[in-house]
Amino acid sequence: MNSIAAEPAVTARRLPGDLAIWFFILAEMLAFAVFFAAYAFARASHVEEFNQYQQTLDLNAGALNTVLLITGSWFVALAVQAAHRDEQADISRNLLLGWLCGAGFLVVKCFEYAGKFGAGITLSTNTFYMFYISLTFFHFMHVILGMVILTVLWKQSRKGVYGRYDANGLESGAAYWHMVDLLWIVLFPLVYVMR
Amino acid sequence: MQYKSQAVAKPYFIAAIGLFVGQILFGLILGLQYVIGDFLFPAIPFNVARMVHTNLLIVWLLFGFMGGAYYMIPEESETELFSPKLALAMFWIFLVAGALTIVGYLTVPYAALAEMTGNNLIETMGREFLEQPLPTKLGIVVVALAFLFNITMTVLKGKKTSISLVLLIGLWGLAVFFLFSFYNPVNVVLDKFFWWWTVHLWVEGVWELILGSFLAFVLIKTTGVDREVIEKWLYVIVTLTLITGIIGTGHHYFWIGTPEYWQWWGSIFSALEPIPFFAMTVFAFNMVNRRRREHPNKAAVLWALGTGVMAFLGAGVWGFLHTLAPVNYYTHGTQITAAHGHMAFYGAYAMVNLMMISYAMPLLRGRAANSNKSQVLEMWAFWLMTVAMVFITLFLTAAGILQVWLQRASDAPLPFMVAQDKIALFYWMREWAGVFFLIGLVIYIVSFFVGGEEKQAV
Repeated sequence: MNSIAAEPAVTARRLPGDLAIWFFILAEMLAFAVFFAAYAFARASHVEEFNQYQQTLDLNAGALNTVLLITGSWFVALAVQAAHRDEQADISRNLLLGWLCGAGFLVVKCFEYAGKFGAGITLSTNTFYMFYISLTFFHFMHVILGMVILTVLWKQSRKGVYGRYDANGLESGAAYWHMVDLLWIVLFPLVYVMR
Repeated sequence: MQYKSQAVAKPYFIAAIGLFVGQILFGLILGLQYVIGDFLFPAIPFNVARMVHTNLLIVWLLFGFMGGAYYMIPEESETELFSPKLALAMFWIFLVAGALTIVGYLTVPYAALAEMTGNNLIETMGREFLEQPLPTKLGIVVVALAFLFNITMTVLKGKKTSISLVLLIGLWGLAVFFLFSFYNPVNVVLDKFFWWWTVHLWVEGVWELILGSFLAFVLIKTTGVDREVIEKWLYVIVTLTLITGIIGTGHHYFWIGTPEYWQWWGSIFSALEPIPFFAMTVFAFNMVNRRRREHPNKAAVLWALGTGVMAFLGAGVWGFLHTLAPVNYYTHGTQITAAHGHMAFYGAYAMVNLMMISYAMPLLRGRAANSNKSQVLEMWAFWLMTVAMVFITLFLTAAGILQVWLQRASDAPLPFMVAQDKIALFYWMREWAGVFFLIGLVIYIVSFFVGGEEKQAV
């Protein structure tokens, strides 16, 4: 914690972004970790129920969303690389493409929710659906927050704020977006696939 | 003191300390009533003593928050307060209304007080911590609005810093969530549901922002660490607080008739509530270790470190102890809750106010810091009160564990009052720890009147 705002060390392996955002990311991941652990704990005593209702989830929608988020992360990583090369136009374009992938994720998820809620499923239907709705909605909110961050980065990049010597803000936001992606990569197999 | 108008903080601080003394005296009466049931009966029945003890706590903390804000905001905004006269007028209104309310509690039976004060117009009375008669509640709203107007206008006309922004969010949140004290649905589930919007979202939500902002202000002043570093920490702490604290309200929704998913939501999010408090402790120690100057006010730095540690222990650790639904199934409403409540309120909110008073009072009295002699006495008071509170908490925890066992978990559960008799020893020990707390508080007050060579104002 000693170097929260210290100058980044001039070494080959430096921490991208601000230490504060990493502290925040770790706290967020801890929150999800507790949620995942609670899921595992609840599943252990309701294995049959979980297996039965898991089959009602739309695997294709989940897989499509996985592709969207990974692609989104790829674009954002390209934006950071473009900043390191001082290619301003590439930064903005890739951030915008990353944002669009996030938007695609939200659209797919909304269709999925519409189906479930249309069938009368709520948080109180059963323990599996309680976890399904809670976990995916909690993640859904994080995608939205990530997109808000990407919007800020995009606007800043249009003003030419980021470049070889100042990519701290961009890297911090990108790290957060990768976290949103990473959490989905754990969440999707856990809730949709693993039997 | 850099701005003349900061002086309005002084009466607020003095009133806060006066009410604090009242709170502790009633605490001692109450503690004794646990073991001598008819002590001071019928003059001061248990329910009245309890109401006075908790209401005085809330009111003195509010006085402290207002005083702290009046002191801090002009300095942060680098301008005089918008209206010092309004601040002083509100001080007297709040003090008189508060005093009348307490006199009402002590002299009139509660039901008669409700009838006299128009509770039949809007039924708001009779709920724990929100027992105040309607005119008092309305008075609180008026005072809070005038206070917020004054503070907000000052910030708007001056420099806007992150620290004052966080304080403003905290204070506005405090006012907004108090409005739920006027909402009292007939359905008892909804009643409890929204009651917590005031009670929980105050102490585990917006008050934490006030705490963080005061702590950040005093740390900047006493350590000389860059504002940028301190503000970044503040942002991280604020975000963590809101993520965990808001949905953490669910830990009050386990057994009141709300849907079952609250048991999961409440457990998961409130299990994470110690994190922002832990971050605050790390923050305080880190900044003090990296200090660039030796501030002459050692006592204020001690309070700053103390509030970090004690808030983490009281609110974080003792809260976590009984926040998971399967544990809380056995512990809710026992002395374990009382143990948590005592250390959390003292560690987080009493201590942060005492920190602010410790830092600001010498400056308000025209010196950078009190004399060495006075500070040594204040530090004795710090240790006496803090150690006494640790013991109060430990004794209540022991009482609570025994209570859970005797009354709820054993094969042959005992009735409430029989279990209470069996844990009386711990109540006696708690009462003695309370006496030591009072001695600490008396020494604290004496420290204000001790002379000696003072450090010059800078």
